[in-house]
Amino acid sequence: MRGGLLNRRVATVQAVDDVSFSVAKGEVLGIVGESGCGKSTTARLLMHLIAPDAGEVIFDGEPVGAPHGITVKELRRKMQMVFQDSYASLNPRMTIVESIAYAPRMHGMPAAASRQRAEALLGQVGLNPSQFARRYPHELSGGQRQRVNIARALALEPRLVILDEAVSALDKSIEAQVLNLLRDLKDRYNLTYLFISHDLNVVEYVSDRVLVMYLGRVVETGPVDSIYLRPRHPYTRALLAAKPTLDPDRRTKHFPLTGDPPNPINPPSGCRFRTRCAFATAVCAEHVPALAPPTDGEDPWHLVACHLPEAQANTETAHAR
Amino acid sequence: MGEVTTLFLPKAADASVSAQAASPGYWRNVRHHLQRDPITVAVTLLLLLIIASAIFAPVFATYDPYQGNILTRLQPIGTPGHWLGTDETGRDLYSRLVYGGRLSLLEGVIPVSSALMVGGFLGIVAGYAGGLTNSLIMRTMDVFYAFPSVLLAIAICGILGNGFVNSMFALSIVFVPPLTRISETVTAQVRGLDFVEAARASGTTTMQIIRYHVLSNVLGPILVYATSLISISIILAAGLSFLGLGVNPPSAEWGVMLNSLRQAIYVQPYVAALPGLMIFVTSMCFNLMSDGLRSAMDVRLNT
Amino acid sequence: MLLFTARRLLQTVPILFGVSLVVFALVHMAPGNPIDLLVPPEASPQVIAQMKATFGFDKPLYVQYLRWLGHALTGDFGLSVFNATPVAGQLFAALGNTLWLALLAALLGFSLGTLFGLIAGFNQGRWPDKLFSAITTAGVSLPHYWFAIVMVMVCSVLHNWLPAEGMGDEGLSVMQRLPYMIMPVITLSLIPMGVIGRLVRATVMEILNQEFVGALAAKGLTFRRILPHVVRNAAPPTLALMGLQFGYLLGGSILVETVFNWPGAGNLMNLAIFRRDIPILQATILVLATFFVLLNLVVDIAQAAIDPRIRR
Repeated sequence: MRGGLLNRRVATVQAVDDVSFSVAKGEVLGIVGESGCGKSTTARLLMHLIAPDAGEVIFDGEPVGAPHGITVKELRRKMQMVFQDSYASLNPRMTIVESIAYAPRMHGMPAAASRQRAEALLGQVGLNPSQFARRYPHELSGGQRQRVNIARALALEPRLVILDEAVSALDKSIEAQVLNLLRDLKDRYNLTYLFISHDLNVVEYVSDRVLVMYLGRVVETGPVDSIYLRPRHPYTRALLAAKPTLDPDRRTKHFPLTGDPPNPINPPSGCRFRTRCAFATAVCAEHVPALAPPTDGEDPWHLVACHLPEAQANTETAHAR
Repeated sequence: MGEVTTLFLPKAADASVSAQAASPGYWRNVRHHLQRDPITVAVTLLLLLIIASAIFAPVFATYDPYQGNILTRLQPIGTPGHWLGTDETGRDLYSRLVYGGRLSLLEGVIPVSSALMVGGFLGIVAGYAGGLTNSLIMRTMDVFYAFPSVLLAIAICGILGNGFVNSMFALSIVFVPPLTRISETVTAQVRGLDFVEAARASGTTTMQIIRYHVLSNVLGPILVYATSLISISIILAAGLSFLGLGVNPPSAEWGVMLNSLRQAIYVQPYVAALPGLMIFVTSMCFNLMSDGLRSAMDVRLNT
Repeated sequence: MLLFTARRLLQTVPILFGVSLVVFALVHMAPGNPIDLLVPPEASPQVIAQMKATFGFDKPLYVQYLRWLGHALTGDFGLSVFNATPVAGQLFAALGNTLWLALLAALLGFSLGTLFGLIAGFNQGRWPDKLFSAITTAGVSLPHYWFAIVMVMVCSVLHNWLPAEGMGDEGLSVMQRLPYMIMPVITLSLIPMGVIGRLVRATVMEILNQEFVGALAAKGLTFRRILPHVVRNAAPPTLALMGLQFGYLLGGSILVETVFNWPGAGNLMNLAIFRRDIPILQATILVLATFFVLLNLVVDIAQAAIDPRIRR
């Protein structure tokens, strides 16, 4: 953030602060959170589209950007991304087959071969190449464009694909089709996914593990069933309780979250969620809670960043299946 | 990777997708819209006529532009043999105008083209790089922007001396800042779009990204702006010659002709005004053509 | 707001420095010995020595630049090579005359341009639009020096309505000078009329096509009621452009002044070029350019005051 007389740095928005996680090969890691919690920024940091102030990315055991590791360019061959806005992600002046063939061509593949691969990929994502290859992005529907974006992401044969709100802008029926497509592609090509979304239902459907973010920090992470069945962080519990449901037995009785989201420029000290947390105590303002497994030893893979995870274990806001 | 699956989308879910195999390209569509606009078509044809007459001047002209008979100086319009009259030394005005087109049109095109290359390059670099590079380039341009164009052109010519080359140099300098500015603006806009970010995410080099993704999207607006500058260049260059700072007599060029015929206003006012009329018509044609081009490109983007 | 103003002021300083550097460099790029260029030929040895001391012709370039700049800031631009009188006096007298023309031309051009642009914009596609669009496009395509000649031809040569040139003799009142001013002002006003007219038309069309105007019309608001909305939205960019155009009027008046022999700054510059009177040329360019920069500054600040979004 810049301001002042000489455009100096006046304050810093820490979009992402101390976020560490790992992704296992072949799994789908879902990242959820409200808008502005830092999910997209995390994705861009992973792809090195934004320069990190600190920290590192390690892919397949090799650090990125370090002298003995892999370069950013090599990383981008192994890791690709699908963006939310399907129209803005495509060059309006290029036919879609040119868009898909662009990356392989730039990396050295001859023009004819990359065009062939592009057309094959179009078929893989369900768009008949003879019909669609020479079309322009504005001639396709949102769902079709997103399929093109997926095909483009696969053009370099990556190992990991980041889906940044990739289905959020689609109609529900199209969304379902695209999700099925993604699952098929994952099985066929042995992909690993990082699925970012604010839609809890979709994340539950798709993911193996889930990461919950709030205001730039990870507040909870664990296997999807564990998170959705037994959320331990007050924020996660509130999120899940806020899911609209048609079941009259599960009406929302209390509104789970209080207060407004704090200003990201001046986040609360200690635990950032404490200003909206019904259970906050003095210790929450003093120390940043670390991500750790709960002390009841039930689920070692389920980590929570809270000082008092047991304090609300028995209250009403849990989402029961 | 070679098999084709059967996940075709049902037709009902498609938007306006028709059964045609391919759509015409962007530029072909622009041309299509242009052809429908009668004013642009008329103006372009007129312009082509003027350009042709300049290129093929020996064919169009009826007399040698440098040969004049003092005895027949300042004949009015409609004189047999000199249908547009003669100038102050007896040269046929029509032929002088035709030959004058060569220099005058060049004076429109040369400064804009050279400024386009320099300014376009600098602007795209500044727009894509951002940060310090951007500041450096744009602040330097700001200094030259601080001079009104006429003033700058006259200052450079006034100090370096007159002549065709100096005036071309001066006008090129005048046009570099506005072209840099528009290139930078458009490039910065495009750079922020998702597909450029996607291109960066695909690990391709900056040069490749600029060449394949940025250029095709910025050249349109830049070229439209450049064509609108051509008319200004013609007027300014003729103005410089009018002041005696550009081309010198006895060369045939519309501005210098306007100057040397100035005194003839009292004797043959209509003849004296003709070179200026040529400047006006040519400039108007370029402006209208540029307007038409801009409309065609806008309409295309909105469909 | 104060912060924005201060920042803008700070940005202007290096620009002004740059301008002075360019003007200084131009002169030293000219062919010929700087001393011959900057000192009157028939000046006495004492004067020459004084000029040398003041401007330091034998010293390194940056010293010369600083000295020249220092003197310029106090209004001492040296002596005219042509008639050995101080430059400053001639320049400021001439500037006053140019200001007259510029102000009147701005008034005329802006009001006509706005009117034409509004008519054209509100009647998009119909004949008033075509007519006034043609007029405004003609305004920017016209070589105004040619138009000046045509005007002289019509108003002075073919009919004896107006004096062809000059400003009239010494001691005339403003009202008596009016006939001399009519043609130059009309000529000068053409380009601003065209530029402003085109911008207003484009802006009005853009605003009218926005959805909120459709909503207003659907609510039953008549044209008379919609007009203030449109004006309020169209005003900021138009005002900014008007400021710029005024700058061009000041700096670009040389062609018109030459045709009408109007003793303004442009005419002074023209004479200076032909007499190789470099001190006058230098001073005129510097002052006009500085004026232009300061004008841009004022326009930017005014725009930011009206439209808070610009304050970044």
